[in-house]
Amino acid sequence: MATLNIEIDGKPLQVESGETIMDAANQAGIPIPHFCYHKKLSIAANCRMCLVQVEKAPKPLPACATPVTDGMKVFTRSDYAVQAQKSVMEFLLINHPLDCPICDQGGECQLQDLAVGYGGSSSRYQEIKRVVREKNLGPLIATDMTRCIHCSRCVRFGQEIAGVMELGMAGRGEHTEVMPFLETQVASELSGNVIDLCPVGALTSKPFRYSARTWELSRRPSISPHDSLGSNIEVHVKDNKVMRVLPADNEDVNECWLSDRDRFSYEGLNTPERLTWPMVKQDGQWIETDWQSALQFVADKLKTFAPEDVGALSTPYRPAEELFLLQKLMRGLGSGNVDHRLRHSDFSLDEQATGGFWLGMPVTYMSRLNRMLVVGSNLRKDHPLMAHRIRESVRWYGELNLINAHEDEFLGKVHAKRIVPPSQLAATLAGVCVALAELKNQPVPAIAAAYLEHGGVVDDTARRMAASLAGGGQGATDGGRAVFLGNMAQHHPTSAQIHALAQEVAHLAGASFGVLGEAANSVGAMAVGAVPHHGPLRSSAIRGKNAAEMLAHSLKAYLLLAVEAELDTHDPVTALQSIAGADFVVVMSPYKGKSLDYADVLLPIAPWTETSGTFINTEGRVQSFSAVVKPLGETRPAWKVLRVLGNLLGLAGFDHNDSKDVLRDALGDTPTGNVQAYLCNEIGPVAAAPAALGPGLERVAEVPIYQTDAVVRRSPSLQRTLDASLPVARMHSQLIARLGLTENGRVSVRQTASALTLKVERDDHLPDNCIRVPCGHPLTAHLGPMFGPITAEPV
Amino acid sequence: MSLLTPSIKVCSWTQDFDAPASLATYVANGGYQALRRVITEKISGDDIIAQLKLSALRGRGGAGFPTGLKWSFMPRAFPGDKYIVCNSDEGEPGTFKDRDILRYNPHQLIEGMAIAGYVLGARVGYNYIHGEIFEIYQIFERALNEAREAGYLGENLFGTDFCFQLHAHHGYGAYICGEETALLESIEGKKGQPRFKPPFPASFGLYGKPTTINNTETLASVPWIVQHGGQAFLELGKPNNGGAKMFSVSGHVNKPGNYEVGLGTPFAELLEMAGGVRNGHKLKAVIPGGSSAPVLPGNIMMDCTLDFDSIAKAGSMLGSGAVIVMDETVCMVRALERLAYFYFEESCGQCTPCREGTGWMYRVIHRIEHGQGRPEDLELLNSVASKIGGHTICALGDAAAMPVQSFLKHFGDEFAYHVEHKRCMV
Repeated sequence: MATLNIEIDGKPLQVESGETIMDAANQAGIPIPHFCYHKKLSIAANCRMCLVQVEKAPKPLPACATPVTDGMKVFTRSDYAVQAQKSVMEFLLINHPLDCPICDQGGECQLQDLAVGYGGSSSRYQEIKRVVREKNLGPLIATDMTRCIHCSRCVRFGQEIAGVMELGMAGRGEHTEVMPFLETQVASELSGNVIDLCPVGALTSKPFRYSARTWELSRRPSISPHDSLGSNIEVHVKDNKVMRVLPADNEDVNECWLSDRDRFSYEGLNTPERLTWPMVKQDGQWIETDWQSALQFVADKLKTFAPEDVGALSTPYRPAEELFLLQKLMRGLGSGNVDHRLRHSDFSLDEQATGGFWLGMPVTYMSRLNRMLVVGSNLRKDHPLMAHRIRESVRWYGELNLINAHEDEFLGKVHAKRIVPPSQLAATLAGVCVALAELKNQPVPAIAAAYLEHGGVVDDTARRMAASLAGGGQGATDGGRAVFLGNMAQHHPTSAQIHALAQEVAHLAGASFGVLGEAANSVGAMAVGAVPHHGPLRSSAIRGKNAAEMLAHSLKAYLLLAVEAELDTHDPVTALQSIAGADFVVVMSPYKGKSLDYADVLLPIAPWTETSGTFINTEGRVQSFSAVVKPLGETRPAWKVLRVLGNLLGLAGFDHNDSKDVLRDALGDTPTGNVQAYLCNEIGPVAAAPAALGPGLERVAEVPIYQTDAVVRRSPSLQRTLDASLPVARMHSQLIARLGLTENGRVSVRQTASALTLKVERDDHLPDNCIRVPCGHPLTAHLGPMFGPITAEPV
Repeated sequence: MSLLTPSIKVCSWTQDFDAPASLATYVANGGYQALRRVITEKISGDDIIAQLKLSALRGRGGAGFPTGLKWSFMPRAFPGDKYIVCNSDEGEPGTFKDRDILRYNPHQLIEGMAIAGYVLGARVGYNYIHGEIFEIYQIFERALNEAREAGYLGENLFGTDFCFQLHAHHGYGAYICGEETALLESIEGKKGQPRFKPPFPASFGLYGKPTTINNTETLASVPWIVQHGGQAFLELGKPNNGGAKMFSVSGHVNKPGNYEVGLGTPFAELLEMAGGVRNGHKLKAVIPGGSSAPVLPGNIMMDCTLDFDSIAKAGSMLGSGAVIVMDETVCMVRALERLAYFYFEESCGQCTPCREGTGWMYRVIHRIEHGQGRPEDLELLNSVASKIGGHTICALGDAAAMPVQSFLKHFGDEFAYHVEHKRCMV
């Protein structure tokens, strides 16, 4: 890479050969007007707005597409250049409708901004303007395609970032139209980014439409509370109400993108379902009361139970401060019954683990990996932007290998895959481990060898995966090889086995080993000790029951921090039964929900927008945020509620002044360093324990993308997307035939409790002894646990 | 006449024979001898390129780029595939010479492409034939089969280790696919939208590999040049404008058709060959190189010789050699309206100036033609045309602008009349 000397507007610059004039200008902070250019998308050079004068060139050249040459002299603002730029602007405006007064983009419109500089104040165009009919792209993106200036950013975004081209430009000349395929919506989980990309008001946010002008909005930074990436967001607020959420640039985390979940979940903040007053149930009636009374009531009642009879549960979607104070409160009472791992079923690693599980690498490395094995993950839906990074790796030089119980389109090239029933996940991984050991001439790890008798097959696919993982190399990149465990692998009844086997594979392959991370604060919740087996940063603390143990049978009292038991747990039926059978249930939640049925006290706590807090993302990045709006009604930040409760219970160390104090209490003065020191995926030796393979059918359950947490469940627009369609029972066509069902007919499925009638859908990517019924959804909540046997019969 | 005679009928000589397109006719009259010699005697590609440069053969599709120079752009040592592509899209209005080459002399093109493959190191070639002449495409496919069966295409030609496969591909009705990079996109199965340059096809062409694209007539001229040498080709024409060229004469002449003459031939001679302006009429205007070339008043054209330099000096371009002759019955406004409509319809729509500007120009001219012109329209047209030219991804923008500017320059009074009197001068 040679360094070249060029001049832009008289300013000498040094640039690498291979860069474009636009790259050089960006580095130098020299603005060049443009529309179709975007730093994250391929070059199109079709808007022609960036035409600049280059000495000795016979015509103006597009800065975005012109490579720099040594000694080049560029003029971006000479008369010649400005004439060209103005002429392009004039052409853009001739067919563009004068919609500014009714267009949402007004005030944040690139066309407006550049028209101020390069457009005329009156138009010479006195002919008919062309009109383009609207398209229905779904509940998230509103279209006004007459405004489209054909920059093709939305088309390139689909092809290059989302992995699927859902919008294309059909037609020729003036009749060119951006449109989806016939009769389809735009369904990608990253689709909302085209709203940011569209430089005009052709693609805008449907939920936000007509609700505010950009200059009325305050912009406040925050962190996304959903997946474990911790996307940086900008919350736009008007009159103390969250109006919309946009991405904040952070190259190392979410680049400039947001998943649709992060972008549109805010709608769930302002539903009538919000709990706004503390409520206490008396004689079967819910009575609103004040905080003082409610908390005193709770404190008095809690003191009447023996510590081991009280259990505290939360979800990994809550800020670290709350989780920390929850465990501090419980341990102050003398109980170690605190956990956030509601979907887990195998806690045996609690003894083997030496630290908190995390990604194993900085997030940026995920774009540069060249050999990957991902086990038990619904990659795209669970981690939209991390899946995008893996797609980038795959696009350039990466080989992706998958072991999972179902196969959804990854939207990238998959090198090898094994789709097996959940009970076979460990055995399949063991097969790869053995193949890899053979390939590397290493002794077969004991845990893997044991599986050879129990379904661990070293077949061609296993060898192919092994060869893939053994290959690649560091190369010139800091990527390399990686083994990742997904959400399903963690929730699995034999997750300890899977973790141990994956660790062996990673060792043999010389690969990084990581856990993709379930939620925004999965790492944080562990780090602050909201677990029964250790305290903050693995300090020793009173030990207690884990989440499964707390929910297997009724405890006497439950303290639930934003838990929706029928949706957030591994076995909702048992969980609900246990909670309903308790003497005293305190629910702290932003929402009423079904807790009205089983709670005794409801305390309104703030969602992430109404409290300050901290999320620690999957790479161990400590990201704190402040409240962006005032709490609704009598809502309080949960950390404050817990602090007051601690005081009322007479516990020491509950006198924090602000959430920063709480964080310091939890993670010390150097939280980042302390967290990094705490994170470790390595576990001690685990004895092989191959699960018995039952003869019957198995359930394959994933948490639907828009059912992950309380807020997103209540976002109406997201719930209208294709991804949020009502659950169905998916089966292989052979299974459908065996069971005497019909495709698109009805089936009655049953696990432990009640039967559920669902529509039958064919999915030949499933193993033929599995029925795929999502969990975490109100309609499937009364079925049973996420894993295990399931029966089905025609209706 | 045969390929072995260094006559002016470089491409059109087979039309003197029955079954002009057949392999038998071609071979009996010297066909494929040049290819055989080049391959079996392992003549160096550099030598052939030198002959091409000497011949002053310039692209016959319209751009007139020196062919020897273009061939020298291909990288010599390249570890992957390289391609030679023939542009038979022939969409330029008024042009129909390549169609006749494919119809009457397909084997000379095949031989030319095989020689090109040898020189450029391309093992595969494609001939992109525009979809509107489907019957011609079928004729060419038959010729390809003949050539394959006779061993002039395929593996190990003439017992050497040189292999060359040639495939025909037809388009689906888009002028823009005559633009070389749009043509490549179309072969790749994508929308026929031009790519921005750089990178140029010689470094990043078909499927991202080094590719040379030449016009049908250009490639069909290669066997003649190899057979008789670059100097002989040059002498058919005049310095810097070597060789013969097929001119597609259409419009108000008695005998419209294709006429192959040496470059440098006076236009008056070509006009006579075409039977002169139709009886009883006078020459008014000529578009010498396809509708994208600026129009010239008849009297200026009569002073020109048919070569790149002379016509450029007169203010137009030789272009594809499609000579459209207009007599005094032609209303220049109506003619321009039809041309403007063509570019409006054929614009691919990628880049702003062409997509918006062609529609604008067409609508203004349409109004003028229909008696709704406004005084500011003429200046507006010139202004819009000048803002399109030079600002687009490909030359279609320039091609749309030049007719407008040249018609207004030479026949502006007709337009002014239309605007003022709301009717035609003619």
